[in-house]
Amino acid sequence: MALRKPPLRAVHDGRGAKFTEFGGWDMPVEFDSIRDEHTAVRESVGIFDVSHMSEIRVSGPDATALMQRLTSNDVTRLDPGDSQYSTITDDEGTILDDTVVYRLPLDDEHDEDDDPTYLFIPNAGHDEQMYDRWTEFRDDWDLDATVDDVTEEWAMFAVQGPDSPDLVGDEAGSAVLDLSKFQATWADVEGARCLVARTGYTGEDGFEILCPWDAAEDVWSAFDCQPCGLGARDTLRIEMGFLLSGQDFDPESEPRNPYEAGVGFTVKLDTEFVGRDALATVKEEGIDESFVGLTLLDRGVARAGYELTDEDGDVVGHVTSGTMSPTLGEAVALGYLPTELAEPGTRVNVVVRGREKRAEVTETPFLNQ
Amino acid sequence: MSFEVPDDLRYMESHEWTSTDDGSVRIGITDFAQDELGDVVFVELPGEGDEVTHGEEFGVVESIKAVSDLYSPVSGTVTAVNEDLFDQPELVNEDPFGDGWMLEVDPSDRDALDELLSADEYRDQIE
Repeated sequence: MALRKPPLRAVHDGRGAKFTEFGGWDMPVEFDSIRDEHTAVRESVGIFDVSHMSEIRVSGPDATALMQRLTSNDVTRLDPGDSQYSTITDDEGTILDDTVVYRLPLDDEHDEDDDPTYLFIPNAGHDEQMYDRWTEFRDDWDLDATVDDVTEEWAMFAVQGPDSPDLVGDEAGSAVLDLSKFQATWADVEGARCLVARTGYTGEDGFEILCPWDAAEDVWSAFDCQPCGLGARDTLRIEMGFLLSGQDFDPESEPRNPYEAGVGFTVKLDTEFVGRDALATVKEEGIDESFVGLTLLDRGVARAGYELTDEDGDVVGHVTSGTMSPTLGEAVALGYLPTELAEPGTRVNVVVRGREKRAEVTETPFLNQ
Repeated sequence: MSFEVPDDLRYMESHEWTSTDDGSVRIGITDFAQDELGDVVFVELPGEGDEVTHGEEFGVVESIKAVSDLYSPVSGTVTAVNEDLFDQPELVNEDPFGDGWMLEVDPSDRDALDELLSADEYRDQIE
């Protein structure tokens, strides 16, 4: 299958980026050096092309009902311009994907009396699956809502780091500086109307900017800072302990519910949604396994798929993500362990190429923000 | 992008180099290889006195994004290990043919060095 290309594929290639396949997309993994890109975001500012992320728009009189019944968080808490992190679960409560749900801000054509319009951001390659899911349930439940897959209408960039407010404020207008975390507004960048949100996946202050696909080059070029690839995006999110869909949870290879995955805060059991009843039972009975952070005490790097053993050498869990933390200079990892071993400070081993390396369960985020 | 390929070294298709010095030869990975890997964060090497075999794994180099096996260009006995790499694995990126060397090996069959790729042949491979 041919890889999907972000609008700036050729621009990134010209800049000397290396590429990787991710979620069916051909994306820049590294522009200069993962370490340099990572450090730019932690210490100043960097920009990521995340146009591989999916975008689904949901509008109409029953848009709120449809969103509420297919996501675990409570969309009725969103005012115009608010967003929330949420999960999409199946009947069993297993996470199909995680997402940010935006209730779009008001504009000239939409005032407070209109029905809310939502835009949610499934992970790369999940757009078709989520479009189908939304339209099928809409039809089953006989709801009046319009669902559009707008993934290839919107490019998405993330400008992240402590200096991002200065840069984004200069280019998008100072109104963006008034945004609280998880708030969004419409703003013009280089004459293009963009959705600018104070969201991100790095743990730093920052903005995510959705812009029309055909304005992508102008908007990207407006932010003069270190371009960053998916490599640095991964090391930054691992340092924060943030989940990666398809890796730290996956309905096929790593089936997990939100409580096991450490995102129980996205589950609002007082709302009705697919998976709610199963998750109520999980909450009552507790979880056998928990998502943990790990720091290696011996030399080595823990990687996805490596086994975790206890003091007796018995396999008790596995790593789902791991890297050498560029900020800490330590090997850090994320994975699942029996809940009784999930307490920070607990000693376990990571099996690296047949050899046990000592590790310690560590509270996430690994960085003291 | 052009990569350094010193004329006086011999090369493996898997991007390791060896010197052809009298006595022990030096082994490392090429400039092309370090660039492909990106930031090297960890190197696992055999110890002094261990045997390595031509074409077989002798260690592992890990960058932030990838784990890569190292294949020995020669058969023989390890006479020195670059222990600086344990604390400064980034030397592999900074100076792959110099301070980023990995092993010194006393080759058991010196003639086998002639069968490795020449600098020109290796240049053709990576272009």
